[in-house]
Amino acid sequence: MSLGGGWYLGLAAVVFSIGALGLLVRRNVLVMFMCVELMLNAANLTFVTFARMLSDIGGQALVFFTLVVAAAEVVVGLGIVVAIFRRRRDATADDLHIMRG
Amino acid sequence: MLHAAYLMPLLPFAGFVVLAGAGRRLGDPWAGWLGTATVAGSFVVACVVYAGLLGRGAPARSFTQSLFTWIPVGALQVKVALLVDPLSMTMALFVSGVSALIHLYSIGYMKGDPDYPKFFVYLNLFVASMLVLVLSDNLLFTFVGWEGVGVCSYWLVAFWFGRDSAASAGKKAFLYNRLADVGFLVAVFLVFSKTGTLNYGGIFAGVSHLGGGADTAACVLLFVAAVGKSAQLPLFPWLADAMEGPTPVSALIHAATMVTAGVYLMCRISPLLALSHDAQLVVASVGAATAFVAATIGCAQSDIKKVLAYSTVSQLGYMFLAVGTGAYEAAIFLMVAHAFFKALLFLGAGSVIHGLHDEQDLKRMGNLRRYMQLTFVTFGIGTLAIAGIPPLSGFFAKGDVLDNAFARYPALWAIGLATAALTAYYMTRLLSLAFYGDDRWRARPGDDAAPHGAARGHGAGGTDPHEGPWVMALPLVVLAVLAAAGGVLHLPWHPHWNPLGWLDPVFGTAQYAAHQSTGTLWALGVVDAAVAVVGLGVAFALWSRRASRPALEPAALQRAWYLDDVYDAVIGRPAQRLARFSATVVDAKVIDGAVHGVAGLTRLVGRGLRRVQTGYVRQYALGVVLGIVALLAWMASRAVS
Repeated sequence: MSLGGGWYLGLAAVVFSIGALGLLVRRNVLVMFMCVELMLNAANLTFVTFARMLSDIGGQALVFFTLVVAAAEVVVGLGIVVAIFRRRRDATADDLHIMRG
Repeated sequence: MLHAAYLMPLLPFAGFVVLAGAGRRLGDPWAGWLGTATVAGSFVVACVVYAGLLGRGAPARSFTQSLFTWIPVGALQVKVALLVDPLSMTMALFVSGVSALIHLYSIGYMKGDPDYPKFFVYLNLFVASMLVLVLSDNLLFTFVGWEGVGVCSYWLVAFWFGRDSAASAGKKAFLYNRLADVGFLVAVFLVFSKTGTLNYGGIFAGVSHLGGGADTAACVLLFVAAVGKSAQLPLFPWLADAMEGPTPVSALIHAATMVTAGVYLMCRISPLLALSHDAQLVVASVGAATAFVAATIGCAQSDIKKVLAYSTVSQLGYMFLAVGTGAYEAAIFLMVAHAFFKALLFLGAGSVIHGLHDEQDLKRMGNLRRYMQLTFVTFGIGTLAIAGIPPLSGFFAKGDVLDNAFARYPALWAIGLATAALTAYYMTRLLSLAFYGDDRWRARPGDDAAPHGAARGHGAGGTDPHEGPWVMALPLVVLAVLAAAGGVLHLPWHPHWNPLGWLDPVFGTAQYAAHQSTGTLWALGVVDAAVAVVGLGVAFALWSRRASRPALEPAALQRAWYLDDVYDAVIGRPAQRLARFSATVVDAKVIDGAVHGVAGLTRLVGRGLRRVQTGYVRQYALGVVLGIVALLAWMASRAVS
């Protein structure tokens, strides 16, 4: 059996909401990172779904760009996390409010 | 030959450029010699052009040399062009000639001044501007020269700007002239809007467009400019203060040339002026009034140069009287004669000041005829000439003016005659105080004020007064000869000998005196001479023995009829109050308030917005989420509606 496009979009919305909620409520930087990844992938899923529904290859192509950019962002982000961890033996986001302008 | 005319202004201008660039390297005295050489070259060119012009027939003695188009804008085509005709050549000849002599004199007078080369830079630029002024063939290019001489006058009056008095005198001269120049500019606009051209020839050809009072307005506006430049009532106070400049400057700019520019301008527009009898009456009345008022002031001054300054104002008044009566040749005659004898008197005064180590107070001079014979003789000739003693040049020149005034405005003639008596009086007073009496300058070792002594660093040395070097003596002698013999330019009773008659093509022959009988002319001449002799005799009797007669020097005359005080009270003080109000209220409260207000507002907003930035990432994320939700809600509401 094949599922309608609405199911995929619903799944994407759920995943995105989990990611957004997680980003808001969790304190650990690594977990927040994973939540961001959830949101990104939810967005990717929507792209692919719409590409299928509208028969437009552009959506799928864009997903590749998103993946590459996400990978690059993860490299930078993890680098920062490691640097913070080395200094503070801890990776709690709220402790970093001392860096505000 | 005539095509060398452009060299007249160009040579001094080239001298100015070279001296401005390399004057310091040339130094003392070579900078002075270079300046003198360029001006003398200009005089030689003027002589050559003059000879070329004489070679033509009388009606053909006018030609225009177009150099290039300066402002080509639609109907306004202003050319840089020289108009060579008898009037401009008369001016160019005496301007370059007297300038050359005074340049020569300055080489000696300015010796040792730390700014020696700079002096000649300004002086050369002045001569170039003056020649542009007299040779230009349109109003706008004349205005360039007009402003050029004005700015040089400012620089040279304030030449010793270390002295406060000199610096402020320069500013005063500049401001009075600027005020009057407004008249010139408005006249230029008016003439252009009516006739569509600024060319003198074009304006005179189109005078018919200047009807309905526009001719009077244009003449009066140009006369306003002339009143400023030529120091007439009510704008003459600047000329007395301008005596703060070095004496050669006073002789060249503030006696012989620049201050006569106003008279020249009125003569240049004579075809326009002839149309308006109202304007002529204004010019003649202001001239006569100025002549008399300035002469009364000159009777009570004790600074040798101020006496001469007021005398210059008075003589310029005579020239305007002549212009107003339509006797333009008489005005030019007096202008040339005045250039000779007044330059001579100033240079003589400079010689006295130089000899007495910068003493200018007549009350501290006396008996100088024993020590400075050459100066005494030449100065005496100048005094007799300006006093109007026959047969020196002043007698004929002033007589010419008065004869014409007698024919047209008898009341103004009476004022002129009274002024002639005063002229003889104050000049003889000056001569008596400086060259007769006791050696009052000896009683001044280590005295208190020394108002003028400090400026150039000479002490009140114990040496006797002495003559200057030959470069200072030569111009005195040349000018004395010219002042004595200048009358031959126009002898009233001799119809066949009249060199000034070559001006006839420019002015026409509308000389009022020409209509008088020979007997009347003789009678007027005798009256002139008698008045001059009386003034001279009275002054000599009063002042040759005594140096102090307070009854004859009332404060009102010493203070120049309080004209300066009136200007101070009416314009100066209110302006200062306005300035102070602007500084303390407008600037401090309004302008600073606006600036500080903007800064305070920014700071306030910043302080509020700073609370938003907490550093907690989740708060930022919450903001983003809320923003997205709000955005989506808005988009959804639009999609629904």
